[in-house]
Amino acid sequence: MTMNQDVVFSVKNLSMSYLADRGRVRAVNNVSFDLHKGETLAVIGESGCGKSSLNLSLIRQIPRTAEIESGTMDYITREGQHIDVLKLSPARLRKFLWSEVAMVFQGAQNALNPVIRIADMVYDTGKAHGINKAESKKRALRLFEQVRLDPMRVFNAYPHELSGGMRQRVLLALSLILRPQVVIMDEPTTGVDILTQRSILEVLKELRMQLNFSIIFISHDLAVAAEIADTIATMYAGEFVEMGPVRQVFYNPRHAYTLSLLNAAPRLSVGEEELHSIKGSPPDLIDPPSGCKFHERCNFATDICQHTVPPIERDGAHQVACHHSDLVRKERAEVLNK
Amino acid sequence: MTEQQSLIELRHVYRSFEKGRVEFPVLQDINLAIRPKEVLCLVGESGCGKTTTGKIIAGLLKPSSGELLYEGENIEKFRGKRRAQVRRATQLVHQDPFSSLNPSHTIGQILGYPLKRHRMVKDRVELRRRIWELLTLVDLTPPGDIVNKYPHQLSGGQRQRVSIARALTVDPNLIVADEAVSMVDVSIRIGILKMLHNLRDVFDLSIVLITHDLALAKYFAWEGRIAVMYLGRIVEIGRTPDVIGNPAHPYTQALLSAVPEADPSITRSKEPMKLRSDEIPSLTAIPSGCAFHPRCPFHQPGFCDVASPRLGVTKQHQQNVACLPLNSGGELVQHDS
Repeated sequence: MTMNQDVVFSVKNLSMSYLADRGRVRAVNNVSFDLHKGETLAVIGESGCGKSSLNLSLIRQIPRTAEIESGTMDYITREGQHIDVLKLSPARLRKFLWSEVAMVFQGAQNALNPVIRIADMVYDTGKAHGINKAESKKRALRLFEQVRLDPMRVFNAYPHELSGGMRQRVLLALSLILRPQVVIMDEPTTGVDILTQRSILEVLKELRMQLNFSIIFISHDLAVAAEIADTIATMYAGEFVEMGPVRQVFYNPRHAYTLSLLNAAPRLSVGEEELHSIKGSPPDLIDPPSGCKFHERCNFATDICQHTVPPIERDGAHQVACHHSDLVRKERAEVLNK
Repeated sequence: MTEQQSLIELRHVYRSFEKGRVEFPVLQDINLAIRPKEVLCLVGESGCGKTTTGKIIAGLLKPSSGELLYEGENIEKFRGKRRAQVRRATQLVHQDPFSSLNPSHTIGQILGYPLKRHRMVKDRVELRRRIWELLTLVDLTPPGDIVNKYPHQLSGGQRQRVSIARALTVDPNLIVADEAVSMVDVSIRIGILKMLHNLRDVFDLSIVLITHDLALAKYFAWEGRIAVMYLGRIVEIGRTPDVIGNPAHPYTQALLSAVPEADPSITRSKEPMKLRSDEIPSLTAIPSGCAFHPRCPFHQPGFCDVASPRLGVTKQHQQNVACLPLNSGGELVQHDS
């Protein structure tokens, strides 16, 4: 797929924390990335790594007990105008969301209002953003067709009349109705069946090609990320520990955590395979480990990992924060050569 | 099919549920024999009947018709002590470790209750020793740290290990693990599956793993068998390398071609099979003949929609499959319609 260098969303040093009774939980720590036009960025990691908190921070819909501590989020409109997302007033933010950055929430079953028809959801959305009924309907029908749904049937249906896969596609279509440049998706194919997942992925790829929007894709599923992402970011304990082009990250990973995730994922095309779990469990973020936060679970860890936070190394578009990136690269090469 | 006596066997098992006046035939003509120490994975999409099959194997549901045999004898015939013993021999591990453990009991109580109820221990000293043993077996060490905790103080993976320990309290011969790792993080799934394999070796257990994740089934049952279910029937069953490497049934082929793979080059070069329809038929209106025919790209009009396929052999495959063209010695040919 084509990717030009126009950045649409640039996030720098974003940190977000929850204020819990026991103390401050920094769920997102110093995250930076540039999202280009038409690019799909997949953020992968275990539950509790801060994926969903990052999501909510990006659209500024964080719970009252949380705060965005620092960072900047710069959004560039189609006209080239810069918007400082963190400085938008509530009214401006309401207009900004959905029309510039849209969100597809996890669990399609619960994301649609069960007591109103899809049609009314379409009209409500249009009305809130100053689009008349006829135009809203026209756009919705066109999008439903693009996600391979029967447009009129779906338009007049209540959510319960649709299957899980259809609902997920309705959400996908609705997220695009105001023509946003960026769509954030939280586990869009988790909990759906294999064939349903396949049809959602195909539809997503087609839409992306036709409309050229960018995607931030949050998932724990390496296989789905391998299929649709241009860029992969691995997230651990609130940080992006590695980020790079999809093939680099899969075939040439340089962070021990990325490697461990790859070593835990079974693949159909390989016969009998040797897989390994990651020992221990994700750290308590109220009192995170010193040095590299992964060191307690890492097979490569040495003294330096305990004491020193690993600096970010950059190699073109590939960046990583691991003291033993060379060892990691070597081990992956050995596994792949076998 | 086998020289060895099977541990559990389902013969012509049907099961239906009623909702109001509507009847849902959830299982139809299931024939399945599980051998001692065997690993079997039941795979299929939601609603295919894999959980119902699992519950029947575990003795938690009765078939509407058909027989359930334990070591060759109908399970209904057992009485008294033998009946209790047979009932204990098959245990189920539930999918959701967050709701299958009582939140107001400690782990020690959760494991102690079945031990006492089934008189597996003589006195409190032995009870304590047994609980310690079980926790060590499922790698929850040191047991002293775990035994007085409540479920909410444990992680999902730890809770699932407690569920497995609880299933082991009554010395079963077979464990049915219903999506036992699907709610556990990817990074620790493998550890739990490896532990199940170890337990199988230590206790000569048979394990039936129910899952919707084909890659996981492949990994877990590489030396065992896989059964693929569709709309209440087993459509293909055989040794895992045969089913995964050379799938016979068009439905199995469709599933395998649709699964994304954790490898960018491979997953992007896959060609998903195009089905004639994406809709899964409702259980109240199961298509005539082969239930898969309205979606099957190899559908032969006048044949597949008329006769009912039964599990059988084919020319090209090692495994058993229920597909009319293949069973009659033919090949799958794509028709344009």
